Amino acid sequence: MKRIFAKEHLCIGCRLCEVHCLVQHSKSKRIITAMTREKSHITPRVRVQESGQVTFALQCRHCERPRCLEACMTGAITRDPKTGIILHDADKCVGCWMCLMSCPVGAIQRGREGHVASKCDLCQGLDVPACVENCPNEALVFEERSR
Amino acid sequence: MNYLIVGNSAAAVGAIEAIRAADHDGRITLLAAEPDHTYSRPLISYLLAGKVAGERMSYRPADFYEAHGVEAHLGEEVARVDPAARAVTTAAGHRFEYDRLLLATGGKPFVPPIAGLDTGGVFTFTQWDDVRRIESHLAEHAVRDAVVLGGGMIGLKAAEALMARGLKVTIVELADRLLSTTLDAEAGAILVEALRCRDAAVCLQTTVDRVLSRGGMIQGVHLTNDFEIYCQMLVVAIGVVPNVAFLAGSGIATRRGIVVDERMRTSAEDVYAAGDVVEADDVLLGEKRPIPILPLAYRQGFVAGRNMAGLDECYHGGMAMNSIEICDVPTISIGRTTVCDNCSDEGCEVLVRRDAKQGIYKKVVLREGRMVGVILVGEIDNAGIFAGLIERQLNVEALKPLLLSSEFGLLSLDSEYRKHMVSGPGIEV
Amino acid sequence: MRKWLVEPDFLVERDLDRCINCQVCVRQCANDVHYYDEEGELVASDSEHCVGCHRCATLCPTKAISIQEAPLQFRPNGNWTAERIRAVYKQAEGGGILLTAMGNDRPLPVLWDSLLLNASQVTNPSIDPLREPMELVTFLGRKPDRVKVSAAADGHVRLETQLGPQLRLQTPIMFSAMSYGSISYNASLSLARAAREAGTFANSGEGGLHRDFRPYADNMIVQVASGRFGVDVDYLNLAAAVEIKIGQGAKPGIGGHLPAEKVDAEISATRMIPERTDALSPAPHHDIYSIEDLRQLIFALKEATRYGKPVGVKISAVHNVAAIASGCVRAGADFVSIDGVRGGTGAAPTVIRDHVGIPIELALAAVDSRLREEGIRNQASIVAAGSFRSSGDVIKAIALGADAVYIGTAALVAMGCHLCQRCYTGKCNWGIATQDPTLTKRLNPDVGTRRLTNLLRGWSLEIKEMLGGMGINAIESLRGNREHLRGVGLGDRELNILGIKAAGE
Ligand SMILES: Cc1cc2nc3c(=O)[nH]c(=O)nc-3n(C[C@H](O)[C@H](O)[C@H](O)COP(=O)(O)OP(=O)(O)OC[C@H]3O[C@@H](n4cnc5c(N)ncnc54)[C@H](O)[C@@H]3O)c2cc1C
Ligand code: SF4
Ligand code: SF4
Repeated sequence: MKRIFAKEHLCIGCRLCEVHCLVQHSKSKRIITAMTREKSHITPRVRVQESGQVTFALQCRHCERPRCLEACMTGAITRDPKTGIILHDADKCVGCWMCLMSCPVGAIQRGREGHVASKCDLCQGLDVPACVENCPNEALVFEERSR
Repeated sequence: MNYLIVGNSAAAVGAIEAIRAADHDGRITLLAAEPDHTYSRPLISYLLAGKVAGERMSYRPADFYEAHGVEAHLGEEVARVDPAARAVTTAAGHRFEYDRLLLATGGKPFVPPIAGLDTGGVFTFTQWDDVRRIESHLAEHAVRDAVVLGGGMIGLKAAEALMARGLKVTIVELADRLLSTTLDAEAGAILVEALRCRDAAVCLQTTVDRVLSRGGMIQGVHLTNDFEIYCQMLVVAIGVVPNVAFLAGSGIATRRGIVVDERMRTSAEDVYAAGDVVEADDVLLGEKRPIPILPLAYRQGFVAGRNMAGLDECYHGGMAMNSIEICDVPTISIGRTTVCDNCSDEGCEVLVRRDAKQGIYKKVVLREGRMVGVILVGEIDNAGIFAGLIERQLNVEALKPLLLSSEFGLLSLDSEYRKHMVSGPGIEV
Repeated sequence: MRKWLVEPDFLVERDLDRCINCQVCVRQCANDVHYYDEEGELVASDSEHCVGCHRCATLCPTKAISIQEAPLQFRPNGNWTAERIRAVYKQAEGGGILLTAMGNDRPLPVLWDSLLLNASQVTNPSIDPLREPMELVTFLGRKPDRVKVSAAADGHVRLETQLGPQLRLQTPIMFSAMSYGSISYNASLSLARAAREAGTFANSGEGGLHRDFRPYADNMIVQVASGRFGVDVDYLNLAAAVEIKIGQGAKPGIGGHLPAEKVDAEISATRMIPERTDALSPAPHHDIYSIEDLRQLIFALKEATRYGKPVGVKISAVHNVAAIASGCVRAGADFVSIDGVRGGTGAAPTVIRDHVGIPIELALAAVDSRLREEGIRNQASIVAAGSFRSSGDVIKAIALGADAVYIGTAALVAMGCHLCQRCYTGKCNWGIATQDPTLTKRLNPDVGTRRLTNLLRGWSLEIKEMLGGMGINAIESLRGNREHLRGVGLGDRELNILGIKAAGE
């Protein structure tokens, strides 16, 4: 399946990926509305990590054997059988943070949407996820890579 | 191929999902003692608290059995296993044959011999049925005070649920702190504080030695320290033990739990076991023991399922880890968190960060430069990275100044490790 | 001392209705213009250090930022313009030489805009480049005075004369010399890769050839300049051609200076000088004081490369450029590169950039005419440089007599340069003219390569269209064909030097 890969040496730390992720997951899908009125209850699922010169954007790796899915006690985390995307159902989630405790890259956050977890869904419905599409330096790519 | 799964919870579901991914045609039959569609066991406290409704209890969608081609017999308790005949017999006398059998019968509550326990208003807390029983007790009696015996994971969850129902709850714990197997004294004390703020009482270093009752109904409990607590219900939650009684006479080897090898095979041919019922490798202790947590139950079930379906996969062991949020204080503990506390070993090191104002307590336990445990209270973000580091036993000597900071993240790690994680396809741990 | 008379050049305006406080601008400005006000929880800007590079405005996802020219703070004056007054303030406060970068920005006449091309009508058919082959391939190098051919019995014609080494260009456009050091690793890499993809050449500049660019050496011209940085026999032999750098259009007559702080490990290895020492290029080559000296160096380089590569000479367009170029050809140069007054630079004294040298249009015409008159035009190719902004400029240069052109600024612009003219500060926000690792990352070499290749492709297609319109099917046939040019608004003298008729003639 296609996954998002970060090119660490090209990430410029602008965090536009976070902005566009938030907009994509907003109700209005309009940047100004999303980033002002909706911001407090939407979590950007991609997060730019930064330390000195090194920056990169991190989001769920959509693992072959997801630790979060193993750990999710409610069944809120599932794998889409067709696409392989690891999905999170906020309606089932109770915010027990078992997934957060298990994800070895730290891709799951306590969401602003309520007492629920939040993770990347590869922008279901878009051909190219919003963060990849809007990275000004093409530091994020969406591609199939063989093991 | 004729697969037979005994159990209907995390381990069983893991196995079914693994088998179906590898074998589209084999016949899968499931037997479960409980009558319910597969449900999330940990959610019973949320159900009791009124935070989730019955329809949100299910662990998998309503069409799970159908979609996975599973013939599910719910309410069929297995009474006997006969590996020589490759068959099991249920309490109702039905016989099921198998080519491959999975035993995923989980744990059952440990109930100590306490005088007077055999009275109305005393409950255990591991099943949906327990909630149903508590519900009818609450409906039929004027219950204002509850005692929870056991300050472990399940006891605390039960206590929290009863508090949410407006009861005055007292937790009785024999150890000197709550969650004594996973937390240290300081983190335990933070939980006690949080509970007391919500009007719960916590009695440590004591236990119930007598249940007081009148007319077949509980009136209170008597503690070993001679206190008496007035209550209208008691929840006994001092642990679960592997549910192996039905294996008597089967010849399948058990110790503390069912003995399995790294492919989740039991001593009997074509019989596999997974979940709370087994004792499997603990990567940190280097020995086999039951670790009754849901992530490992699912993983073991999955590994068993793959092997049952003819693939070859090993279970690499697990470790204790738990996440619990009591009274809005999120707490995560992973691995061995107290081993180095009063230890003069050269290689032992404990790093701690406290920030009382923000309600943060973080502690990392290191042995010979490798992390063996972590406790995170208040600030739990990126906890999984710690789990990865502990599981892989990576040397984190160089990271010590960063480990406890709020900025700690994947970026803090060695670039090869993080590139493997970020740029590598998926994560193989 | 506070520089209290120097007012900011630009005014940063933020549309608060649009600003979403995402802080992209804060993170992108290397000049610390934008900042996040923690208490007020909003982003604010302080225009003082804005250089007008537009990095923030470009990346701002809501287009909330606009960079305005600072409103005129002086009484209008056609002579003492705001720019002049500011320059005096700056020098009065700081002393010293004012520095700048990129090409001359004064409103000098751009003669390309006064030259117009011809097209076929009725009497001669134009050619449709989409239907018919159109040749842009160009060979740079010495051509023989006459050629001998022989015809075999089967009618096959063979060239008997042995040709000297030639560079084969798929399109008559090359990337001009920009050293690794003045521009970033990623920018250099993009140029080298794009040259290879487009079948043309990039020029290493005077800073040597980084080991990572050696695989691209077949598409690179290497320079030998007064500092001799990075020159050894491998360097010369790896490359496709060697160019002796005498002068640069932006700063004729003066040397160069890469400050010690930019000389990091990689640059030091590439330039073959100690780390953290100033890289000083002397104004003259200390071994060249005459055409004869130049001849010695040319032939030394030819010897070193076993006469296998063209050796050229790059000079700035100065007053007697024609005679100098003629001298270079007679000294043995296989090509002469001429850099006009609008040529770019990574750092130059403003006063030199703006006031020294002559426009490339006149210099090119003068050189071409002079070499023809002397009957030595065939002995060397002419490469024109100094601000080619479009394919129109390129094709006019070819009609005036150039064999090919060098583009520098246009290439940088293709990679994102916004011509803020602050290359010399090392804080290029576009990751081009900087060595700061947080900034160099901003130019993804894949993107840079793609954009450069696209530019060359676009210009080449346009050149084919224009050639077709003129009824010409090979760029060869346009070279020096000044009949295809007419001048508008030019005086007799200029028309004469350009060797063209006025429009309507
Ligand atoms: C209140 C509570 C809270 C918990 N919270 C957490 C938590 O936060 N995090 C965590 O990691 N873990 C938690 N756990 C533990 C977790 O629920 C178990 O680790 C997990 O359910 C184990 O799964 P399993 O499939 O091995 O067995 P179980 O879930 O115990 O399921 C056993 C299955 O076997 C069936 N069965 C048993 N005997 C027979 C028989 N003889 N014949 C047929 N069927 C039989 C049962 O009906 C059941 O379907 C909690 C448990 C409880 C009770
Ligand atoms: S959340 Fe973490 S564990 Fe789950 S699929 Fe994504 S990267 Fe893997
Ligand atoms: S927080 Fe939500 S998604 Fe994560 S494990 Fe718990 S229920 Fe599942």
